[in-house]
Amino acid sequence: MDFDLTDEQRLLKDSVERFVADRYDFERRKAFLAAEGGFSRENWAAFAELGLLAVPFAEEDGGIGGGPVETMIVMEAFGRGLVVEPYLPTVILGGGILRHAASAEQKADLIPRIAGGEITLALAQIERGSRYDLHHVETRARKDGESWIIDGEKGVVLNGDTADTLIVVARTAGTTRDADGIGLFLVDAKAPGVSRRGYPTQDGLRAAEITFESARAEAALGDPGKGLPILARVVDEGIAAICAEAVGVMDRMRDLTVEYIKTRKQFGVPIGSFQVLQHRASDMVVAIEQARSMACYATMMAAEEDAAARGQAVSAAKVQIGRSGRFVGQQAIQLHGGIGMTMEYSIGHYFKRMTMIETLFGDADHHLEKVAAGESLFAA
Amino acid sequence: MDLRFTPEENAFREEIRAFFRENLPEEVRRKIVAGKHFSKQELVDWTRALNRKGWAVPHWPEEWGGTGWDPVRQYIFLSEMQSHPAPPPLPFGVNMVAPVIYTFGSDEQKKRFLPRIANLDDWWCQGFSEPGSGSDLASLKTRAVREGDHYIVNGQKTWTTLGQYADWIFCLVRTDPAAKKQEGISFLLIDMTTPGITLRPIQTIDGGREVNEVFFDDVKVPVDNLVGQENKGWDYAKFLLGNERMNIARVGMTKERLRRVRELASLERVGDVPLIETPRFREKLAAVEIELKALEMTQLRVVAGERNREKGKPDPATSVLKIKGSELQQMTTELLMDVVGPYALPYVPEEDDDAPDLPNEPPIGPDYAAPMAPGYFNYRKVSIYGGSNEIQRQIIAKAILGL
Ligand SMILES: Cc1cc2nc3c(=O)[nH]c(=O)nc-3n(C[C@H](O)[C@H](O)[C@H](O)COP(=O)(O)OP(=O)(O)OC[C@H]3O[C@@H](n4cnc5c(N)ncnc54)[C@H](O)[C@@H]3O)c2cc1C
Repeated sequence: MDFDLTDEQRLLKDSVERFVADRYDFERRKAFLAAEGGFSRENWAAFAELGLLAVPFAEEDGGIGGGPVETMIVMEAFGRGLVVEPYLPTVILGGGILRHAASAEQKADLIPRIAGGEITLALAQIERGSRYDLHHVETRARKDGESWIIDGEKGVVLNGDTADTLIVVARTAGTTRDADGIGLFLVDAKAPGVSRRGYPTQDGLRAAEITFESARAEAALGDPGKGLPILARVVDEGIAAICAEAVGVMDRMRDLTVEYIKTRKQFGVPIGSFQVLQHRASDMVVAIEQARSMACYATMMAAEEDAAARGQAVSAAKVQIGRSGRFVGQQAIQLHGGIGMTMEYSIGHYFKRMTMIETLFGDADHHLEKVAAGESLFAA
Repeated sequence: MDLRFTPEENAFREEIRAFFRENLPEEVRRKIVAGKHFSKQELVDWTRALNRKGWAVPHWPEEWGGTGWDPVRQYIFLSEMQSHPAPPPLPFGVNMVAPVIYTFGSDEQKKRFLPRIANLDDWWCQGFSEPGSGSDLASLKTRAVREGDHYIVNGQKTWTTLGQYADWIFCLVRTDPAAKKQEGISFLLIDMTTPGITLRPIQTIDGGREVNEVFFDDVKVPVDNLVGQENKGWDYAKFLLGNERMNIARVGMTKERLRRVRELASLERVGDVPLIETPRFREKLAAVEIELKALEMTQLRVVAGERNREKGKPDPATSVLKIKGSELQQMTTELLMDVVGPYALPYVPEEDDDAPDLPNEPPIGPDYAAPMAPGYFNYRKVSIYGGSNEIQRQIIAKAILGL
């Protein structure tokens, strides 16, 4: 057992943390969000230069061969800075599907362009009726000669409005909630038949509703009837990644809150001298440490081949993150008082990002049900 | 002990329901159900409809328009209003400044202000909090210096709810800086059109605009606008803040919101099953309903006890109602957000008075989803304002427990 980072991992941590500290203050972040597409192309290029966009890809594919720990390092730092660039949709989700499902030629075509910062991706998975179920897929893909034609509607596609390339989850066989018959398709976002309606999300990021009307896919990724296990695996990796991000978000909420209650005075003293608030802040620490531990657990289990064990671990982590996140976020606002309710002050933005992470890929209730239905976490 | 209302009280309830059904535009009701904001004009129209009926200010003394209802009827009226749901009357006028005016104000002030408050001819806002004075309100710094028959006011108020619509603001100002902090404060009524007043909006995290900063720069206020005695403002403020017993828990509102939870949870599906039929969700909802039932009973006990209460004496039970009431309102916003699932994420700006020109686009996802996350964000306020829940616990510790 070992919770230490290797030297390379420590270097990565230093460089990404430095980037966030130097280039990502609250005011600049506002400007990034206001930019075309809702993020900074300059930052994206800097990520490429730092090698961040290559992190999880194998060296032979043009990556740097990092694993879940490297992803955790990057995401945690991004959480602290409330980074808005589409790293999750491009590198973790889109990139994840490519890693696990793409052919050698497809990888050779796409991964260097991702790593180089030339393209961003989006995973079009959610549908109106799917809620958090990955196997709920109505969108259809039908074979047309050598290629596939997609029809259907996808929603809340993160980075969906600016992504160059979409990975679309579509059904090739069976009925809406069958586990079999689900495929993963590569679609050029500008292809005829693809229409996108972009919008901001509650945390200021971007997403889109996307309609496919006889849109021609560029290719299928992997077996077009056996995509679900791959999707599930990538979503598990995504959950592990956002758990790490959440820890960064929570760490920052704790720091901002503690800083605030040390300086804000009422009744002639810093409010941090009131024992109630000290205890509340201490409870935040307890909740964050529990979350950090489960984020580590999810990270260490994210590469597990046994899908049931991996899913169980990741769901357990998501429950903990959801609960800790809600408590920490609510208390952070409460301890700030009125100022916590304002857009002008950073704490509310952390709170909102945290809230969206709670929902992303399934809320605490959804994952609690999965954990409860499975083996005991202490079975093995 | 008997839980049942009398036949007369039930008839009274029916009368109120009928009036609400017939007089509140359905569109306004639907907005509230959907979790959207109603406009200034809609509140004005509704207040005037109530006023024509003689119901705009039931709790006031009868000579100023009160109905003379007993506490039970007052309670029935309020809870019916919340659960209908109809827009609640603007609290800053009818519940805050008006009782101060009719209790401590001059005859001149009563005649001048009360009828206009009841009819919402004047929109009032509350100027208590300052950047440096929130929970420690008595430390406020806004100064009023007497010069002949005027006060000259300088300073800043903040968190002024709906100040952008206000004709008048009631302020706590410091008139004697040498006195002990609670003893140098006065209660002033200030016309918002007076030169020297500027307003700066503060955007809240839900994206809405409901609070403002208000700056006073050599603002001339006639001495006639002082309520009661100079330097006695703190007593009036305490009176004002202690006046909320009947309504502070907002049980009727939370009931209505839980109805909405049920409604949306029957539309949302988990696979083939409506969310409302999944055991986990049902249990979660039931747990909140149990707490709300307990709070309703607590509220009814307070209402029933009103008959024997000493007038004007603050009741620490108010703090119990405030704490539990705000927690339940917040839990309900969480349920609503959780119900809509992934469609809590899209941010859709709401069309309102301040932004009437939004393009009329179709909703993103189900049309009921957009207000839910903002509602959750916005309702973090209810455990902060009106005496934060930490301060309320402090009051319980002191006033109930003698600690
Ligand atoms: C949306 C909104 C609308 C509002 N509308 C109005 C309005 O119309 N008019 C108006 O005058 N004001 C209004 N307020 C202001 C509101 O009353 C204050 O926010 C409130 O009094 C808290 O003050 P504060 O924000 O300065 O927080 P602070 O007093 O600085 O409190 C920060 C934290 O410290 C805690 N704390 C403070 N003192 C103690 C203590 N002694 N023991 C333990 N904990 C303590 C608080 O509970 C809170 O958690 C509004 C506020 C909001 C958020």
